[in-house]
Amino acid sequence: MWSWVLHRITGVAIFFFLLVHILDSVVLNFGPDAYDRVIGTYKNPVLGLGEAALVAAIVFHALNGIRIILIDLWSKGTRYQRAMFWIVVILWAVLMAGFLPVHLHNAFTEGQ
Amino acid sequence: MSTATQETEPVTPAPLQSFTVTLIIRRYDPEVDQEPHWQDFDVELFPTDRILDALHKIKWEQDGSLTFRRSCAHGVCGSDAMRINGRNRLACKTLIKDLDVTKPIYVEAIKGLPLEKDLIVNMDPFFESYREVQPFLQAHHEPEPGRERLQSPTDRERFDDTTKCILCAACTSSCPVFWTDGQYFGPAAIVNAHRFIFDSRDDEAQVRLDILNDKEGVWRCRTTFNCTEACPRGIQITQAIAEVKQAVITGRVR
Ligand code: SF4
Ligand code: FES
Repeated sequence: MWSWVLHRITGVAIFFFLLVHILDSVVLNFGPDAYDRVIGTYKNPVLGLGEAALVAAIVFHALNGIRIILIDLWSKGTRYQRAMFWIVVILWAVLMAGFLPVHLHNAFTEGQ
Repeated sequence: MSTATQETEPVTPAPLQSFTVTLIIRRYDPEVDQEPHWQDFDVELFPTDRILDALHKIKWEQDGSLTFRRSCAHGVCGSDAMRINGRNRLACKTLIKDLDVTKPIYVEAIKGLPLEKDLIVNMDPFFESYREVQPFLQAHHEPEPGRERLQSPTDRERFDDTTKCILCAACTSSCPVFWTDGQYFGPAAIVNAHRFIFDSRDDEAQVRLDILNDKEGVWRCRTTFNCTEACPRGIQITQAIAEVKQAVITGRVR
């Protein structure tokens, strides 16, 4: 149940990011300078935190997506679904532990 | 058994202590109420009583208008699935001692089906889906004269789990997909399709797989595992649904 709720929430969050992403890519039509300026506005700590949340959402969604595929297609998938959920959580924590310090350091020092 | 023990006084077990339990029941009388509302009842119960006994006591001693379904009272007929403390259970299989009686116990009708009165819902949509998957044997080959259609223990084992269903609807009414999309066949219908799809004596597996390959069929399942947790018969429902999904993809049922 909770893995499904999280999967939904992260899925919707990623969807809204994609909307923004499509919009900022459209700016490319107005030339590289305009694009650079729009992308430049992303370089502040607040959006830095947003990016951290985005990566957290994508990593969870990706890992849990693999878990769901295994549940559906691997004959023992449903039996190990709970264990696989914890593996997803642990993998997610490990990946985020590697990513967050570097990213937050960059987000808060860059542009200063 | 030694004779010595027989000579001693028979030990009477310490009498069970009864205590007062508060049940908060979601009431709805379509002839009076606009909206369902919660009502408290205090009941004297023993730890060995079940929620069904509590409901009986309320109906018989406090408020005869309380309406619920039950028949066998022993977990066989599947009439009394209800939401007890937020989980779908059979009232007749939920012991008081397994619940936290220091807090009130919330009892309401199962969700996702039209509420008729108090704890009773309209089961028609549920049985409609059940009927649609053709839950009966369709064997087109004749057995040898004077014999029955034989099946090896291994072949029988293949669908053993899904033969246990009592059609209580605890699974289907615990499914968040079914709550928002009442057209979804729901776990119970898929369980009962599974029971015949993987039966070696049946010849119409493909028909049922086609039915469940529908937009409202197995692909609506988002593997939340709510159904598996709700099933009072312990059927591995999500597993059964996954097996049907795989059979739809590969076309293989044996
Ligand atoms: S599969 Fe289990 S929960 Fe669902 S209807 Fe059958 S017995 Fe009830
Ligand atoms: S009354 Fe028959 S299953 Fe509970």
